[in-house]
Amino acid sequence: MTFRADELLSGLPSPFDARGSSFFETLRRQAPDAVPPVLSGAVLPESLRERLVEGTTVLAVLSASGVIIAGDRRATAGNLISRGDMRKIFPADDSSAVGISGTAGPAMELARIFATELEHYEKVEGEPLSLEGKSNKLAGLVRAHLPLAMQGLVVVPLFAGVEPKTGDGSIYEYDPVGGRYRATTYAATGSGSLAARATLKRLVDPRADLAAAAGVAVEALFDAAEEDSATGGPDLIRHIYPIVAEIDAAGYRELGDDQVATYVEATVQRRRDRYPSA
Amino acid sequence: MATPFYVAPEQFMKDRAEYARKGIARGRALVAAEYADGVVFVSENPSRSLHKTSEIYDRIGFAAVGRYNEFESMRVAGIRLADVKGYQYAREDVTAKSLANAYSQALGAIFMGGEAKPYEVELLIAEVGHAAAGGLELYHILYDGSIVDEHRFVVIGGETEPIAQALEETWHDGLDRDAAVRVCVQALERAAGRPVEAGDLEVSGLDGTRPRRRFFRVRDDVLRQTLTS
Repeated sequence: MTFRADELLSGLPSPFDARGSSFFETLRRQAPDAVPPVLSGAVLPESLRERLVEGTTVLAVLSASGVIIAGDRRATAGNLISRGDMRKIFPADDSSAVGISGTAGPAMELARIFATELEHYEKVEGEPLSLEGKSNKLAGLVRAHLPLAMQGLVVVPLFAGVEPKTGDGSIYEYDPVGGRYRATTYAATGSGSLAARATLKRLVDPRADLAAAAGVAVEALFDAAEEDSATGGPDLIRHIYPIVAEIDAAGYRELGDDQVATYVEATVQRRRDRYPSA
Repeated sequence: MATPFYVAPEQFMKDRAEYARKGIARGRALVAAEYADGVVFVSENPSRSLHKTSEIYDRIGFAAVGRYNEFESMRVAGIRLADVKGYQYAREDVTAKSLANAYSQALGAIFMGGEAKPYEVELLIAEVGHAAAGGLELYHILYDGSIVDEHRFVVIGGETEPIAQALEETWHDGLDRDAAVRVCVQALERAAGRPVEAGDLEVSGLDGTRPRRRFFRVRDDVLRQTLTS
């Protein structure tokens, strides 16, 4: 048995459908069961919501030649620490990345769909979205998670990237209903963001290079971990450090553990120097 | 109401096949040639932006000849299928073979009737590095849905015979990427009886040594350098 032409052709994309380059729309139409609950408007029972995993501090810092985005590793469920090695920074493509805060499962699904969305668009259209376009698309996905947000499962991303041709960086913050805000020099999201911002405010120098920005990012995360129980500090026993990524015209790179460890040690040393032993 | 004329099924199919073949032969040829690390696609294409080849997924590439709007819709359908599948399962679960089969079904159904005319397209689906040996898989889907496994090289569209013959003489195993491109361009030039400028070529392919996305394009200065070295 072969398929009838009209059955097959109805599956072919309609040329004037403006959502034609959207992976999310295609997924909704072709495989609605695969759409994660965060974006499908599912209603979750009360008992389930309590056991979901939350986190975090994620932050981003602009520098002269690109942008740093970094996040801590702790995930909590109520008063319990459920993970010490959670990844909250995800490359969206070669020139941008998402940091997630809020309910972990839905947030990770959002990051995954977003990355697929960007690549899908690039393949279908033949060229990638502009940085502004990407940030706007992410806002749309955050908007789409409103039904879940209203049940308390909030996902708030942080988006950082560079314009591939120029290397000019931008940082975008979001609110739970999809409002999008462009940050001037730095931004932080999550339960530890207030503490992180206090440090960033004092230490960030937008004219500095990426290495300096990375050092500041690590220090801000360190401070946030001291103020917020849902933000984890560096685990010096198991060598689990914050994930710190630099994005510039050459692409997205995560700093190695040893590199982040140096920044952590520098921060610790600076503090220690102020507290000589009795 | 006028009674439709009776047409014997064989005649009907034969006419449709001839229609499709003629349409495809009117266009420009496209060569796919295996090289040490993957496959190159080379064809004459005066347009810089309306491509005949494209990335479908990490290790999978698409090349087509014939009517642009017809193969363009097939291209996007393939990207959708690959992305949805890869999202639901895992990226490595998306295979050229299953895509090629989907295209074969689609073109077969379109050819059988229902549409006023068959699609005048022929497609190549290529994958590098999926099979255990890490080699090239190359599927050729014809206008009527028939599907053929290809090896070494294949020419589709335009006048295939003289180009294939030239390649038979010049292609060999273990070519590097630039040499493979030159071999293809020379075959096109020989068959056409005139030189072909870099600006009139579309050159792309799949490179098995790349980390994830294997598809590449060779353009502008890089292409000019490849052709003259």
